[in-house]
Amino acid sequence: MLTTAILVTVMTAATPLLFAALGELVAEKSGVLNLGVEGMMLMGAVGAFAVAVTTGSSTLGILAGAGAGALMAMGFGLLTLTFLANQVATGLALTIFGIGLSALIGSPFVGTPLPRLPRLNVEGLSDLPILGPLLFGHDALVYLGLVMVPTIAWFLTRTRAGLILRAVGENQDSAHAIGYDVVAVRYAAVAFGGAMAGIGGAYLSLAYTPMWIEQMVAGRGWIALALVVFAAWRPWRLLVGAYLFGGVSILQLHAQGGALFNVPAQVLAMLPYLATIVVLTLISSRSGRFGLAAPGSLGKPFHPAG
Amino acid sequence: MTLRLPRRTLLQGTAAATLLAAAGRPALADSPLKVGFVYVGPVGDFGWTYRHDVGRRAVEDHFGDRVETTFVESVSEGPDAERVIRQLAASGHELIFTTSFGFGSSTLRVARQFADVKFEHATGYQRADNVATYAGRFHEGRAVVGTLAGMLTQSNRIGYIASFPIPEVIRGINATAIHARKVNPEAQVVPIWVNTWYDPGREAEAAAALISQGVDVMTQHTDSPAPVQAAAERGVPAVGQASDMRRFAPEHQITALIDTWGPYYIRRVQAVLDGTWTSTDTWEGFADGMVQLAEYGPMVTPEMAAAADAVRTSIVDGTYDPFQGPIMAQDGSVMFEDGHVPSDDEIRGMNRYVEGVVGSIPG
Repeated sequence: MLTTAILVTVMTAATPLLFAALGELVAEKSGVLNLGVEGMMLMGAVGAFAVAVTTGSSTLGILAGAGAGALMAMGFGLLTLTFLANQVATGLALTIFGIGLSALIGSPFVGTPLPRLPRLNVEGLSDLPILGPLLFGHDALVYLGLVMVPTIAWFLTRTRAGLILRAVGENQDSAHAIGYDVVAVRYAAVAFGGAMAGIGGAYLSLAYTPMWIEQMVAGRGWIALALVVFAAWRPWRLLVGAYLFGGVSILQLHAQGGALFNVPAQVLAMLPYLATIVVLTLISSRSGRFGLAAPGSLGKPFHPAG
Repeated sequence: MTLRLPRRTLLQGTAAATLLAAAGRPALADSPLKVGFVYVGPVGDFGWTYRHDVGRRAVEDHFGDRVETTFVESVSEGPDAERVIRQLAASGHELIFTTSFGFGSSTLRVARQFADVKFEHATGYQRADNVATYAGRFHEGRAVVGTLAGMLTQSNRIGYIASFPIPEVIRGINATAIHARKVNPEAQVVPIWVNTWYDPGREAEAAAALISQGVDVMTQHTDSPAPVQAAAERGVPAVGQASDMRRFAPEHQITALIDTWGPYYIRRVQAVLDGTWTSTDTWEGFADGMVQLAEYGPMVTPEMAAAADAVRTSIVDGTYDPFQGPIMAQDGSVMFEDGHVPSDDEIRGMNRYVEGVVGSIPG
């Protein structure tokens, strides 16, 4: 019973991370490093909440969240892809901008309650012991997140568009020479990343804690960035990472109250970051499989004439 | 008039204002008194910082054009806080409220450099000639909360979402446990430390974790309404923190501690205007209205309400202190002897759990 409850909360805790990190993975695969995930998630959260409250439709809310995230990402694209601004600095600015703008838009909505996103409840199946709540007791976004993993993996490895996207990210000059529109591909990838971050934010404000309060994303955007590196830019590994990060943060709480293990809670809290540092070190120090993980043109500005 | 400044704008120097500040109050008597507020969270947290901002707005309403307030929100405790406080002091603010425990050393350091500026540090304990401290006797509210929780719990496990292991929080846990056990000797308080004042997602996770461990009454010492909402979603009654959170749990809020800072802020601003401000240590509770309780929820029966009100009344009229002996520590030793009414300093120095609290204080 306790184990089921823990697993169910791990799945929900991992969902916003999964969305944001998958989006960032696609953007980075195209060669763009967008550090503005936190800001895009906040905009997604406030956009989704505002629309869900005013229209009464959580579907419209989710779409608005995706739209708000994508819009922020397009702004980032304009600055870094068209005007060739530094991606790291622009990404950081995007987060700070997102914190302020979401607070401004959200101020009339502070203290407004919203019914939680409905959970799928399959008659009979949801009441099954252990597997019932685990497999059938979630809301639509949890499943959407899970579906996105194979979809993105398939897109990147099995479709022509995915191949082009990766080519642009691996070697922008070669891709350009062959005749691909590097900037257009990157705009699309960045917008997709923003939309996914927006849905991650929408999950927080519509399902996880159905409310809007300022800075409610509380650093999850940064964890998503770390996750992409941790997963070495592979969607399936990202799923494992998101559940690991989510799981550790939940277990840390249970370790205190129920004394699950004798590991100090602080050690558990450090684990995901420790793992990220280890992976980062492997990537930067070895030329083997790990060394090939990062997209070759990641973070490099591209100018067709150059 | 309100100035809402993001941290970074504020960090740019304003040398001219420094000169003005040096001139002192009398020379500036015709210009509005500038009052600064430093917040640890966003004003939209619907909890601790929100209530301080309600207090700030009360100052604006009361004094009108005679004051000009500035607030800086989401200031992290540490070096950032010192820069923000110094900048407020340097830009002509004559009275500065720093509203988090962790702003203490920063406040004192800046105060040493700006002798003409008055500082007020909330929930602090270190004072100087120009640094006053003020806090609410929130443990009085938690004594009533503990009484209600002790009567409401069926599983005899009361959850407590704790932020940081500082005296204020340990006092709150202890007051809850002591009073729950007075009405229900089997009751235990189970704290979970989340190491943040404000992270709605994490606070909700902690509530869910506690409930899955058999907790059936929720209390919190963090600033967002997420735990109340998460508890209500699972049918568990909960106590709101800092402001009335009933909107997030119409059927499940037992009551809420409500911090009321406005009257104190107005009093202190008036003192600066009158030139009578001195460094004081204010610690007020029910009797002065700094700590208030929200209306009881539907699960509170008339008998429970009567017992809770009796505790409240005895605290207000001074016949009872929430920490009067006998109080046993968690390890079974005596914390306060039978009949001993601890002094404020003794209450402030409380750094261990009482009997009936599960687990140990981290770090």
